[in-house]
Amino acid sequence: MKKLLISAAVVAMALGGTQAHAAGKLKACWVYLGAIGDMGYTFQHNEGLKQVQKELGDKVETVFVENVPEADAAGPIERLARDGCAIIFTTSFGYMEPTIQVAAKYPKVMFEHATGFKTAPNVSTYNAKFYQDRYVQGVVAAKMSKTGIAGYIVSFPIPEVVMGINSFMLGAQSVNPNFKVKIVWVNTWFDPGKEGDAAKVLFSQGADIITQHTDSAAAITVAEEQKKLGFGQSSDQIKFGPHAQLTAAVDNWGPYYVRRIKQLLDGTYKQAESWDGMAEGTVTLAPFANMPDDVKALAQKTADDIKSGKLEPFTGPITKQDGTTVGEKGKPLPAGDILGMNYYVKGIDDKLPQ
Amino acid sequence: MEQFYAIAITIVGASTPLLIAALGELVVERSGVLNLGVEGMMIIGAVTGFGAAYVTGNPYVGILAAIFGGMLMSLLFGFLTLTLLANQVATGLAITLLGIGLSALIGENLVGKQITRVPNFQGVDILIVFSFILVGLVSWFLFRTRYGLMVRAVGDNHSSAHAMGFSVIGLRYACVAFGGGCAGLAGGYLSLAQTPQWVENMTAGRGWIALALVVFATWLPQRLLFGAYLFGTISILAFTVQTFGWGIPSQLLSSTPYLVTVVALVLISRNKRLLTANTPACLGQAFVADR
Repeated sequence: MKKLLISAAVVAMALGGTQAHAAGKLKACWVYLGAIGDMGYTFQHNEGLKQVQKELGDKVETVFVENVPEADAAGPIERLARDGCAIIFTTSFGYMEPTIQVAAKYPKVMFEHATGFKTAPNVSTYNAKFYQDRYVQGVVAAKMSKTGIAGYIVSFPIPEVVMGINSFMLGAQSVNPNFKVKIVWVNTWFDPGKEGDAAKVLFSQGADIITQHTDSAAAITVAEEQKKLGFGQSSDQIKFGPHAQLTAAVDNWGPYYVRRIKQLLDGTYKQAESWDGMAEGTVTLAPFANMPDDVKALAQKTADDIKSGKLEPFTGPITKQDGTTVGEKGKPLPAGDILGMNYYVKGIDDKLPQ
Repeated sequence: MEQFYAIAITIVGASTPLLIAALGELVVERSGVLNLGVEGMMIIGAVTGFGAAYVTGNPYVGILAAIFGGMLMSLLFGFLTLTLLANQVATGLAITLLGIGLSALIGENLVGKQITRVPNFQGVDILIVFSFILVGLVSWFLFRTRYGLMVRAVGDNHSSAHAMGFSVIGLRYACVAFGGGCAGLAGGYLSLAQTPQWVENMTAGRGWIALALVVFATWLPQRLLFGAYLFGTISILAFTVQTFGWGIPSQLLSSTPYLVTVVALVLISRNKRLLTANTPACLGQAFVADR
């Protein structure tokens, strides 16, 4: 909140004209869905902003707005565009339409939309192959689970989430072909109470490992309490589950932000659709913990193989839930197929909400 | 059996904060005051409770701090609406917005901190037990004591109550403070017992559900108990059903707690005479003493 006030003050100062520009500093701006204190998704984007400050602080001024609802995002985005931001990162899927709308009005401002698929001459998209992390998690889960069942708390049935579930399952099946994943949709990105309740329900239904595609650390807190295991989401959540967290998918946006802003500074910036993964360092894993050394070694090897490109979670042929297959034998699925994934792989006991 | 128990205790955990917050608001509304700031008072309770438990290392101190935090917010509401006669609806909304912002500010350094949670026996903690006692206490107070009668009189017709020599403003202040304490405690339940952690916005709209429950329960404590547990039960069962993999659309399951609770409570309050008798007639009206 304090930071919001500061950033609001910065915006207010910038309203007085383009002094910031006159001083020769490029203004880079971020729009966040949650609070920077969510210890998850938004927190990690803000860590990226901090890296920009650290590395390019003498040439770049950063501004962010937090807690921007997806439905009302056009206003805040437009205000930033008007206030002299040279580049605006809109960090949530639901900002797609507002970003495109505002971008059409401000052709000189560069927009970067995270996890979306619509582009324009001044709208780039960037995303990370989070599913790569989930594959490693699946391997670890199948190794560590005694009941052979993992619980998976999810928000909304968008491809981003679905590919995560599938990748987790494929990773688990590579160790234990009979592994089961129980899924609970909570229909929200952030509600610690609900996420915690969902975790409790999943544990009561036989799961002994929990993973989630929602934004708070509630699930890992519950796992810690019930002496079960789990994975952190977006951010290293070991503080919430010192005896429970096996590893965490950590989003590391810094390198991407620094790269793009540098390009803008030296004039090599081009509209692009980026999809970085472990190889580029955008997707990383928190240190492996609470597992025996052999599992640690396997997890590390899996991660290394993905990083080097030797292993690609979505390699054909992949059997869908209904028995049909996709992909050519031995070849990775094309990016478009993964980005539009709307089916479960075989073995998942849930019907995908459409 | 173990499975059933685990589900049951999760249901109790989900229902308890709604019940406590709603009971407080019920008393407030019975006295003729509409405080829409439940969400704001809850979130302040959650952060002050967590903060106190973190600093002192004692969750019971946290509980007291949660009550205190909620109460302070409600007294601010009371001062604005009862003393300065500000509009209750607008002030209540302002209290919610203030609470969410202020709690984020207070809690900035509490994110990710660990506390000792409120101890429990097989999942049952002191606050769950207390919530049931509170239902009985509120019911007894409102309908079996002289002060309860006075509160209801003030809520139904503040001019007459004033003419009879009751202190309308004094009683309303007391009720507002009680409501704030309950809301704070409900928030504290979330951060100290249910998912012991602090994150911004962690109440995530529970204050509004509590508010709605009060109206649908026609201002009767027993019905509130029913409503809160119905809501909690359906929410948790909706999750449980999903784990069976029956393929029921999850969006439908997520909306069932709201649908079922509204329908059930509307059905039980069909009796118009009973409804009129229990609705505080002066709800939301400012009181100015003539002389």
